Amino acid sequence: MIVEILLQIIKIIAIFAVVMGCVAYLTLMERKCLGFFQIRLGPNRVGPWGLLQPVADGIKLFFKEDMTVLHANKFYFILAPVISLVAVLFCFAVVPFAGNVYIIDIPVAVLYLMAISSMGVYGVLLAGWSSNNKYSAMGGYRATAQMISYEIPLALAIVGVLILSRSMSIVDIVNAQKGMWNIVKQPLGFIIYLVCTFAETNRCPFDLYECENELVAGYQTEYSSMKFALFYMGEYAHIFLASCLITLFYLGGWNGPVLPALLWFFMKVFFCAFCFIWVRATYPRFRYDQLMNLSWKVMLPLAFLNLIVTAIIVVMF
Amino acid sequence: MIKALIVGLFTTLKHFFRRSITMKYPEEKWTPPERFRGRHVFLTDDEGKPLCIACGLCVRACPCECIELESEKNPDGPGKVVTGYSINYLRCCFCGLCVEVCPKDAIRQGKEFELAAYDKESLIMDMDTLLDKGVNAR
Repeated sequence: MIVEILLQIIKIIAIFAVVMGCVAYLTLMERKCLGFFQIRLGPNRVGPWGLLQPVADGIKLFFKEDMTVLHANKFYFILAPVISLVAVLFCFAVVPFAGNVYIIDIPVAVLYLMAISSMGVYGVLLAGWSSNNKYSAMGGYRATAQMISYEIPLALAIVGVLILSRSMSIVDIVNAQKGMWNIVKQPLGFIIYLVCTFAETNRCPFDLYECENELVAGYQTEYSSMKFALFYMGEYAHIFLASCLITLFYLGGWNGPVLPALLWFFMKVFFCAFCFIWVRATYPRFRYDQLMNLSWKVMLPLAFLNLIVTAIIVVMF
Repeated sequence: MIKALIVGLFTTLKHFFRRSITMKYPEEKWTPPERFRGRHVFLTDDEGKPLCIACGLCVRACPCECIELESEKNPDGPGKVVTGYSINYLRCCFCGLCVEVCPKDAIRQGKEFELAAYDKESLIMDMDTLLDKGVNAR
């Protein structure tokens, strides 16, 4: 019994370490890749090819002055960054990295994911509200509206996958893709999921709630030091999570020939993360009304269409 | 619209594989153009004496008042000889008026441009530092 618990704890710590390591290096990857996209070099001073840059960033953020503005609501001001990071980290409990590398495989994993990742919006909203600053508040409201609007088509796109694999457990979903990846069976669902994920992770072209030219830095305006770093880590952990989920739901997870499962999984995940950066380097930001129109007038009907067609095909054949 | 989005993605991808145009500055250095106006050099004649006749025109022309000149009467002949000359690079604006006004072409602007220092004193450069040691030949 005790050995089992200990093993479980070791597993949790190991996966947590892997996730945080990936998150740290995702920031470096983003800066490097953006550099290459803009014919620059990116960070290359700290360590060989800039490989120690995340460590230097971490040390710098630790030693920054930790400020709490006077007019802020202190409790929620401190709680907000914690929520936005924890909500993402909780999700990794059900994210399998390979056939037997996961913390837990529950039969309602997808439902759990949807529930917990929606919590992240509280972090952003509370940060915006408790900062007591108009830019932060506007950033927070935008975030809430955007996340709620995009969660609906996102969930509807996932339902298509669930119908195909007849299970909510992510391990089963991946095993169901052994023969053919879901991206082939669900091309429309994949595109809807991809677009909504970009909106969920508040990445370009949907990074409306921290757009510098309108809102200073959105909900993060009043944050500094480690509190800011928590938001930052939360954001990149969210990107990592989103890359994992795209891989698991649509790109066949760890399935692939010759190479070991874990390697396949991480190759696919980092390809997805690269796509996030690629899109950021390419597209300009949406206007707010365009963002809402896209969600309610384009994505939602398409998601329903995708769901109905999938359901009919599964029932008929 | 979708076609335009995809074309955009491939345009940026093309740039991803292009060679970077960044210069890794301290390791590789830029070659200044021929008429670059960098740190001054104090030119000398074939015997190694400064060409300067201590007329003081550069001191007058300098808008930043950063040039100091000391001189004494020439013991061996007519005119004066320069005994001390310093340029204060904390104030110099590299306008080149001193170079233009010099009747003997005794001062020029060279190609040295790395003028960062840890203390202010080292940026007030005296004649010995400014003298052309063959590095910044005309």
